[in-house]
Amino acid sequence: MGVRRKMALRFDLIIFTILLFASPVLSDLILSKVDRRIDLTSQIVRITSTLKVENEGSEPVSEVLLAFPDLQVKDLALLKASPHEGKGKVKSLSASLPVENVKPNGMPAALTFYAVKLPKALGKGDSYTFDVLAVFAHALRPFPEKITQADIQLVVFQESAFYLTPYVVKVQSLSVKLPESRIESYTKLENTKIHGSEIKYGPYENLPSFSYSPIVVHFESNQPFAVGQEVVREIEISHWGNVQVTEHYKLVHGGAQNKGEFSRLDYQARPTIRGASAFKYLIAKMPPRVHSVYYRDEIGNISTSNLWGDSKKTELLIEPRYPLFGGWRTAFTIGYGLPLKDFLFELEGNRFLNITFGSPMNELVIDNLIVKVVLPEGSGDISVSAPFPVNQWEETKLSHLDLTGRPVVVLQKTNVVPEHNQFFQVYYKFSKLSMLREPFMLIFGFFSLFVAGIVYMHVDMSISKSSAAYLARLQWDEVQAAIQQVENVINRCLTTHDKLEASLRDLSRTGDVQACKAARKAADGLLKELSKELKLVLSFLQSSSAASQILPKVEELVAKEKDLQEKVMAKHSTVVDCYEKKTGIRDSENRVAAQQQKITALRQEVENLLELIDEI
Amino acid sequence: MVPSYISRSVAGSYDNEAVAIFALIITFYLYIKTLNTGSLFYATLNAIAYFYMVCSWGGYTFIINLIPMHVLLCIVTGRYSSRLYIAYAPLVVLGTLLAALVPVVGFNAVMTSEHFASFLVFIILHVVALVYYIKGILSPKMFKVAVTLVVSVGLVVCCAVIAILVALVASSPTKGWSGRSLSLLDPTYASKYIPIIASVSEHQPPTWPSYFMDINVLAFLVPAGIIACFLPLSDASSFVVLYIVTSVYFSGVMVRLMLVFAPAACIMSGIALSQAFDVFTRSIKFQLLRILGFSEADAGDGSSANVVPENDAVKVDKSEETIKERPSRKNKKKEKEQMEKAQAEKTSAKSKTEKRLLVLPMELSVIGLLLLVFMGAFYVVHCVWAAAEAYSAPSIVLTSYTHEGLHVFDDFREAYAWLRHNTEVDDKVASWWDYGYQTTAMANRTVIVDNNTWNNTHIATVGTAMSSPEKAAWEIFNSLDVKYVLVVFGGLVGYPSDDINKFLWMVRIGGGVFPHIKEPDYLRDGQYRIDSQATPTMLNCLMYKLSYYRFVETDGKGFDRVRRTEIGKKYFKLTHFEEVFTTHHWMVRIYKLKPSKNRIRGKMKKSKSRTSTPSSKRSGSRKKNPWQ
Repeated sequence: MGVRRKMALRFDLIIFTILLFASPVLSDLILSKVDRRIDLTSQIVRITSTLKVENEGSEPVSEVLLAFPDLQVKDLALLKASPHEGKGKVKSLSASLPVENVKPNGMPAALTFYAVKLPKALGKGDSYTFDVLAVFAHALRPFPEKITQADIQLVVFQESAFYLTPYVVKVQSLSVKLPESRIESYTKLENTKIHGSEIKYGPYENLPSFSYSPIVVHFESNQPFAVGQEVVREIEISHWGNVQVTEHYKLVHGGAQNKGEFSRLDYQARPTIRGASAFKYLIAKMPPRVHSVYYRDEIGNISTSNLWGDSKKTELLIEPRYPLFGGWRTAFTIGYGLPLKDFLFELEGNRFLNITFGSPMNELVIDNLIVKVVLPEGSGDISVSAPFPVNQWEETKLSHLDLTGRPVVVLQKTNVVPEHNQFFQVYYKFSKLSMLREPFMLIFGFFSLFVAGIVYMHVDMSISKSSAAYLARLQWDEVQAAIQQVENVINRCLTTHDKLEASLRDLSRTGDVQACKAARKAADGLLKELSKELKLVLSFLQSSSAASQILPKVEELVAKEKDLQEKVMAKHSTVVDCYEKKTGIRDSENRVAAQQQKITALRQEVENLLELIDEI
Repeated sequence: MVPSYISRSVAGSYDNEAVAIFALIITFYLYIKTLNTGSLFYATLNAIAYFYMVCSWGGYTFIINLIPMHVLLCIVTGRYSSRLYIAYAPLVVLGTLLAALVPVVGFNAVMTSEHFASFLVFIILHVVALVYYIKGILSPKMFKVAVTLVVSVGLVVCCAVIAILVALVASSPTKGWSGRSLSLLDPTYASKYIPIIASVSEHQPPTWPSYFMDINVLAFLVPAGIIACFLPLSDASSFVVLYIVTSVYFSGVMVRLMLVFAPAACIMSGIALSQAFDVFTRSIKFQLLRILGFSEADAGDGSSANVVPENDAVKVDKSEETIKERPSRKNKKKEKEQMEKAQAEKTSAKSKTEKRLLVLPMELSVIGLLLLVFMGAFYVVHCVWAAAEAYSAPSIVLTSYTHEGLHVFDDFREAYAWLRHNTEVDDKVASWWDYGYQTTAMANRTVIVDNNTWNNTHIATVGTAMSSPEKAAWEIFNSLDVKYVLVVFGGLVGYPSDDINKFLWMVRIGGGVFPHIKEPDYLRDGQYRIDSQATPTMLNCLMYKLSYYRFVETDGKGFDRVRRTEIGKKYFKLTHFEEVFTTHHWMVRIYKLKPSKNRIRGKMKKSKSRTSTPSSKRSGSRKKNPWQ
C-alpha cells in the first residue's frame, strides 16, 4: 500500500493534492526504458513515448497498461501504439497494436487506463519495445488569457517529468520541443538541460510506480490556434460519376483572446509584431483530381483563396475574410467534387466508399466533427468501418427527385486532430437500375403532362350535354363558322372584283377587248357560284336562332355586296362597251367616274361591315 | 435585357422594384386586355395586379395617375365605350379597396392628392356614361333639351364641389402630396424642403450618357414606335403613347425612374421593329411573287394565289418576329411580348388594306432587314456588356484593374462578416442609412436606421450624432443603445462614395430636425473642405474623427485620395470610442462605444493612484512572472 501524492498544477498556480490509494501492481512487468518526446511546435500536443517492457514475473503477460490523469484524458484526441521500428523510420500506421480502455481494479480513481495488447505474450525475461503516440487537442493553455494586439501569445503546458505508469521504471528521459527558443519559464528539476528550443529532463533511474513530478513550461507560441468548433462534412455520392464533398466550418481562434483595440494600421505596418498570434490563412490538402472547388460563406463567395496542385495532391489556400485574432470567430463553407472512380470500389457485389475521415485542413483541431455520407437513393445493407470509435446513426435526406429520401450515414466524433485523417469505409448495396429511376421519372412526368394537355384540349368537359348554355354555345360555334364562311365568300367576291378592275386596266393598256370579255365571263361564273354558296349559308343563318343578333348585319353585308357587284359589272360593261364602240376615252371616263365613286363608297362600306362582324 | 432593368435585379442589390416592374407591366397589360375585350374577368384580374403592385412598390401612384389620364384622354377624344367603363370603374373601386389593405397605404388611398385624379376621372366617367345612356334612350331633340338642363345644373354643382375640394386640399401644408411625388412634379422641390429625398443619388436627374447607356438603339426606335402607334390610333396604342411620354418625363426627373421608362421603351421599339419587319418582309414577298409567280397568277388561279401569299406574308412576319425576339426573351416579360404581338397583329391587320401601297424594292428591303437584325444583335451585345460592366458589379464588391491584374475590394463583406461572427447577437450598429439593409442582411445585426426612409427623425438623429462632437455623439448613441458605429471611409484607396462625401447630407438632414446643427458651421466660405482650412466644428465632429483616426500614420501626411488634400487635423485621440475593426483597405471602420462605467473607474483610478501608487506597482510586479 503506497500513499502517493499526486500534484496537479494549473495555470492559476493553485496546487492541490489528491490522496490516492493505489493497489499493488497487477503484474510483474517493468519498463526498462522509457523515452518520451513531447512536440509542442503546433497547437496540437503530440507525445511520443518509446516503451521497453520486460517481464520479470513468471506468468506470461500480453497486456501493458498506460495511465493518463483524467484531466488530460478529456483532451486526449488519439492514442495509438505501434511496434518500435527504430529511429528515423517513418511509423507505418497500419501495423498498430490494439489499444482499449480498461478499468483495472484497485487503481487510483483519478487515472484512466488503456491496455495495449502485445502481439505475443511476454514470457519471463522477455522484452518488447513499442511506441505510444498520444495526441492532445487543447492541452496548451494561453497565459495570460487575454492579450492586446501588440502582445505575443504565451502558452502553458503541464506534464509530469516522470512517466506516469503503474509499473516500475528503470530508466527514463523526456524531451520537450518548443516552437521558438523564447521560453518564459520552465520547471527546473535535477538533470534539466535546455538546448535551444528543446528542454531535456532526465535521465532518471529506478522510479517507483505512479511517480509524478509536475513540470510546467511557459513559452511563446505564435502558431495558429485554429479550432473548428463544429465542422460538418457532407459527402454525397452520385453514381453518375461524382463525389461531392461540402464542408461547413465554424472556426474560432483558440489562443489568447484579443482585448482592447484592433488597429489595422499596426497590423498592416508591423504584422509580425502587432498581430503575431493572428492567423491569416489555412491550407487544405486535398486529393488529386479535385474539381469545382468553391469557398464561400453565407454572404457570398470569398475571393481570397488560391488553388494549386499536381498529380499527387491539390492544395487550397484559403484566407478568411479577416485575419483571426484570439477569440475571433468566422464561418465558411468549402466544397469540391472528386472523381467517383478514385473513391468508390466494388467488392463481392457490395460497393464501398473509401474516403478520409477528417478535414483536409492543416493543423486544425475540431471539437465536434460530423461526417455525413449521403448514399444514392435505393442503397441498402449499409455498414461502416472506421479505424477508431465514432458515434454513428442514420438519417435520410430528401433531395431533388427523391421519393423515399437518400440514406445518410452520420458519423460524429469529438476532438479530431489531423491524425484522424484516415480512410474509412462505407459499404452498401446499390443496383445500377436505380440510377435510371430519376431520368425515367422526369421523362414520365413530362410525358404525362403533355398527354394531359392533349387530353384536355380534345375532351369536352361540359357536364350537361343538354343544358341551354351548352347548346347555345354549340349553336354559336356553328354560327361563327357560318359567318366565317360568309366572310370568306365576300372576300373572294371582292378579289374577283379586283380582278375585273385589273382586266379593265389591261384593257386600257392593250386595248384587248376579247381578253377582257373572257375575264368578265370567268368572273361571272365565279360570282354565280359564290352567290349560290352564300345563299346556302344565309339560309342556315336565317334558320338558326342564335344568329338573330348578327343576322341583320350579315344581311346588310350581303345586300351591299350584291349592290357593289352590280355596280362593278355595270362599270365593266360600260367600259367594255366604250372600247367596243370606240367612243371617246374621255367620254367613257366621265361616265365611269360617277360609277367609280359609288363603287369605292360601297367597297368601303363592305369592308367596314366585314370588320364590324369580325369584332362581334 | 435592358440594362436599366438589370440594374435592379442583379445579385447584391436585388430590389423590390424588380418585382414592381413586373407588376406594373402586368397591370398595364391587363388594363389593355380589358380595354380590348371588355371582359369583367380581366378587369378583376387587373385590380388584383394593381394590388400586387401596391404591395410591392410605392410607385403604384404612377398607375393610378396614368390610367385615369388615359381614360380622360379617351373621353375627350370621343372614344368612350362600354369597354372603357369596364376597364376603369372596377379598377378604381376594387383597386382602391385592396390598396387600402396595405398597411403603409391605408387611408392614404382615399386621402392624398395622388389618388384624387383617379376619383375625379371616375366621376367624369360616370357622367359621360350617363350622358351616353340618355342619348341612347332619348330622341335627339329631347336629348338637346336634357343636355342644356343638366349642364346648367351640373355646372353649378361641379363648381361648388371643386371649390370645396380646392379649399380642403389647399388647407394641408403639402397640398396633400407626398414629398416624393411633389419632387416629381416640381424637380426643385426636394432640394428645397426635404433633403433626405434629394440626398439619394438615384433621385438626381440623369445625364444624357446614362440615357444612351441604358436604352441605346431603343432611343431611335422609340420615336418610330410612337409614329407607328399613331398610324391606326386605337385605345391601346394611345395608352402606350401616353405611358411612354409620362415615363420619359419622370425618368428625366429621377434616375431611378429610368426603370419605369425601360419597359415603355421596350414596348415602343418592339412595335417599331415589328412594323419595320412587316413592311420589309411583305415587300420581299410581293417581289418574290412577282418574279416567281407571274405565270401562275396569269393562269387564272389568282383568286386563291392572291390570298395565300398574303397569309404567308403574315406568317413569315411572325416567325421573323419570334426569331428576332428569342435572344431578348430571357429577360422580357411574357406579357410584354404578348402585348407587343397583340399590337403588332392589330396594326398588321389594319395595314392589310394599305399593303399594296407600301412596296419597297427587293434589294432595299433585304438590306433593311439585315440591318435591323444586325441592330438587334448589336443591342443584345451592348446590353450584355452594359449589364456586365456597369450593373453586375454589385456595389458592395469593388474591383479595380492594376498592372498586376484585377484587384478586388471586398471590404464591405469583410466588415459585415466580422460583425456577424464577432459581436453579440443583440448588439446594435449605427451607421448612415445607406448601409442599413446591408448590415441587417449580411451582418445579421440590428441597425438604427436603414434604407427604409419613412422615418425622417430617426435618420436625422443619426445624422446629428455623426455631426456632433465626440461626447455629444456618445450620449446620443448610448441613448439609442448602440454598441458599434460603422463608418465608410474611402480616403485610403480613393473610394469616392464614402461617408465624408455624404457628410453634408447628414448635416442637412440632422439640421432639419435638430436646429442646433447648422450647415454653415461645417463650411468654410460656402465650401466643403476637410483640410487645414476646415472649420473647427468640422474637424471635431464624430464623422471626421472616426474616419481619420490614426490615418496620418499610414503615410505620415494624411493625404486623402478622394478629396485630394491633406487632412486638417492629423493627430488626435478618441476618448469615447475605440477602434475594434478596420478592413483591409480601410474602407469600413467599426468603432465600439467605450462603456461609461470604465471612464468613471478610470477617473477614480487616477485619483487613487495618486494616493497609493506603491500598491498598484506591487500587483504589477507580481503579475509579471507567476512561474518563479
